[in-house]
Amino acid sequence: MSPLLDHLPEFWQGLIVTLQLTAASFAGAAVMGLVIAAMRVSPVPVLRGIGTAYVETLQNLPLLVLLVLAVFGLPEIGLQAGLQATATIVIALYEGAYIAEALRSGVNAVSSGQGEAARALGLNFSQSLRHVVLPQALRTVIQPIGNIFIALTMNTSLAAAVGVVELTAAANRVNLLEAQPIPIFVGAGLAYALIAACAGFVTGRLERRLAVVR
Amino acid sequence: MYGNTLTYAGIIHYGPLYLRFRKKMAMIRVQGLNKWFGDHHVLRDIDLHVAQGEVVVVIGPSGSGKSTLCRCLNRLESAGSGEILIDGVPAPVEGRDLARLRADVGMVFQSFNLFQHKTVLDNIMLAPMKVRGASRAEAEKTARDLLARVGIAEQAGKMPAQLSGGQQQRAAIARALAMRPKVMLFDEPTSALDPEMVGEVLDVMVQLAADGMTMVVVTHEMGFARRAADRVVFMDDGQIVETAEPNAFFESPTTDRARNFLAKVLTH
Repeated sequence: MSPLLDHLPEFWQGLIVTLQLTAASFAGAAVMGLVIAAMRVSPVPVLRGIGTAYVETLQNLPLLVLLVLAVFGLPEIGLQAGLQATATIVIALYEGAYIAEALRSGVNAVSSGQGEAARALGLNFSQSLRHVVLPQALRTVIQPIGNIFIALTMNTSLAAAVGVVELTAAANRVNLLEAQPIPIFVGAGLAYALIAACAGFVTGRLERRLAVVR
Repeated sequence: MYGNTLTYAGIIHYGPLYLRFRKKMAMIRVQGLNKWFGDHHVLRDIDLHVAQGEVVVVIGPSGSGKSTLCRCLNRLESAGSGEILIDGVPAPVEGRDLARLRADVGMVFQSFNLFQHKTVLDNIMLAPMKVRGASRAEAEKTARDLLARVGIAEQAGKMPAQLSGGQQQRAAIARALAMRPKVMLFDEPTSALDPEMVGEVLDVMVQLAADGMTMVVVTHEMGFARRAADRVVFMDDGQIVETAEPNAFFESPTTDRARNFLAKVLTH
């Protein structure tokens, strides 16, 4: 236990960076996912094409590759941002593709009559999506999106590979000093598990609260 | 039909104006409408005129294309070819103009399609607020009036799933009426209902017809056709086979196909 207690400030700092990465990139991923999902179900073929290309590209590349490409590639073309900011954006774009697919499956699960009724009343595409289809779709995909949130939390540890000192990197640094990997990484793992447990609790609550009677 | 109005010397000299006048009286004009689902020719050269205030009931065997015709009128189904005019204006194919057209054409579905996540009241208020820009107070007043009119005022705060089928369909009619449509389309509005609930929905529709609403009703309810229709349109195999006043149609159909169909549906 002592290697953990001796280095609490480092762990704490790492945990805060992990939470920042998680919160900011999840927010970005949610926005991105919403936009891409809307494009993928839109009646405009060009938008559908762009949405599909986005999802296929980002889902078919490993996150680590994307992170390394962004961190080393972007400065080459003159785009310079901090390591944490770059990692946040890359994780947001990557997880956005997964959220988009979850949302799209939710949209497809809403009966087509709902959208038809909205359009028949004169609502345009974005109004019917916003007021009728998406609110119902969201309720059915709370659980998958909760899973994506947990996966995203775990994926933030890949930012360690490009120099962001988040929880995993902090644990690694402490281990280099103390050489006691078992307690150190079990401790870090428990912190991740705690975040995941909170996410599971929240999605469970949300799902019960927002259940639609059909 | 408009002969008397048109004998004014002044109007006779303006042929085109007379024509425009006559066109204006047709709330729905369908000309040469064709539609294919893949290789299947579901609508064949449909011509249909519905005058303002007229109630046209479309009947025919299932698969005859009557629902598809109904859904083509507000472009929920795209037409293969042909012309559709609503109140003298060609129905736009897409975009903002199409949304505007749909706002003026009410539609009632077989499966009600009330928005499952909103209360009955919110279902009715949504489109007037978002499409017409009505204030919340205005929209709520209209909604409550309409719910009273269709006889379910006390259900306003409930979710659709808490209502019976008949109540849901009446709420759906109120929702369509809240947009103050020029035309109402009914796509088999009673086909998904338990028998004891058919009457309450038909009563609302009969009342609506009596109030002068222009209506196109696809239905299997022959009683409603007799009672409320100005004209019956019989469809089979994607074509309009026969058009007649209800009495003439039910007493003495002129085509074999109509006779066969009536023999099947009226024996029990």
